[in-house]
Amino acid sequence: MDEAQRLVDLIPRLRRYARALVGDRSGADDLVQDTLERAWSKLHLYRRGTDLRAWLFTVMHNVHVNKLRAVRPTDSLDEDMLELAGRASQADALLVRDLDRAIGRLPADQRAVLLLVTLEEMSYEDVARTLGIPIGTVMSRLSRAREKLRAMMLGETPPATKLKVVK
Amino acid sequence: MTPVTEADLQAYVDGRLDPERRAAVDAWLASRPEEAERVAAYRRLGAEVRAAYQTMVAEPLPEGVARFARRRPRLRQAALAAAWLALGAALGTLATLELRPVAPSVAPGGEVVMARRAAIAHATYSPEVRHPVEVGADQEAHLVAWLSKRLGVRVRAPKLHEAGFALVGGRLLPGETGPVAQFMYEMPNGRRLTLYVRQEPPRHVETAFRYARERNVSVFYWIDRDCGYAIASSDLGREELLKVAELVYKQLEP
Repeated sequence: MDEAQRLVDLIPRLRRYARALVGDRSGADDLVQDTLERAWSKLHLYRRGTDLRAWLFTVMHNVHVNKLRAVRPTDSLDEDMLELAGRASQADALLVRDLDRAIGRLPADQRAVLLLVTLEEMSYEDVARTLGIPIGTVMSRLSRAREKLRAMMLGETPPATKLKVVK
Repeated sequence: MTPVTEADLQAYVDGRLDPERRAAVDAWLASRPEEAERVAAYRRLGAEVRAAYQTMVAEPLPEGVARFARRRPRLRQAALAAAWLALGAALGTLATLELRPVAPSVAPGGEVVMARRAAIAHATYSPEVRHPVEVGADQEAHLVAWLSKRLGVRVRAPKLHEAGFALVGGRLLPGETGPVAQFMYEMPNGRRLTLYVRQEPPRHVETAFRYARERNVSVFYWIDRDCGYAIASSDLGREELLKVAELVYKQLEP
């Protein structure tokens, strides 16, 4: 069944989105597992020819909402952060940590829109379909999320740390 | 020219404007350094966010998630399981109502019913992700003792590593005449098979392997002394399943 294979291929991206949405790895993997379980059992409801990614992310969105995980842990574990940064430099690790925290402080509705647009690079139409909201709402949430994120990153990190990009 | 809106700026950041509109926004921003800086900051943040979570895409899936990924939907089985349950119940009734009076000593009928029930049980539980078994392989001694007690006969969980299968665990199921046991095995790639065991009335019969196929579930079944066995899988072909059946038979010989 090629939908199943395509769905499996989307899992790493689903994890990435879940990690940014939920704020920690184990919570993210729980969400991914619950999403997959739901997706497997609902795959017959997926209509061929429509966007499988939007469908899968919709499943995750619904699972996430049902879990009422809207409130992220305010502070993720630092070791989780460093893991996220991979082999990046210390400065990068700090930037990643600050970004992750700032994203975690966005209202859940805005966070989902921002992450689908930014991480998934979804079209606004797909974001609207995935989250079940009008496109005008997508645009206004996106705008507010970006502005909040910018303000938090400007206000909370010293410019030297924030702007230092190590190649 | 239509005025530049906030939505235009967002679409500009995401590169989703057509060339004409983009040129208009470029011109608009040229005379508004603050707005230009804001848009540039959004773009920079977008790149940083993508970079921050990139490791999640590149790394291999953790085992917990990978397990879920391997469990492909078995839609046909899942849907058919319900149909089979109904069919099995109907056949069971028919067997009770008709076969018994007409041919009270038709022994093979009982085995055919067992094979069908094993197939139904396989279709019902093998797609299960969260609760494939009641008692896991980590408590094998307890599992075997419990099932033996409930079936009233000594049962064992054969070792199928030689065929690439590890025990997942087992569960107790209702049978026609009493409880039956189901052991589930799994390969590292997620293929599963189940072994269905029920107590046989003491008839001192022993049958050869018989093969049955219920839709896409293959079943080998046989009776050996005081137990009836049926091994079922939808992931294995007939030849592969036969090899496993032989392995089981060999191990369960006293």
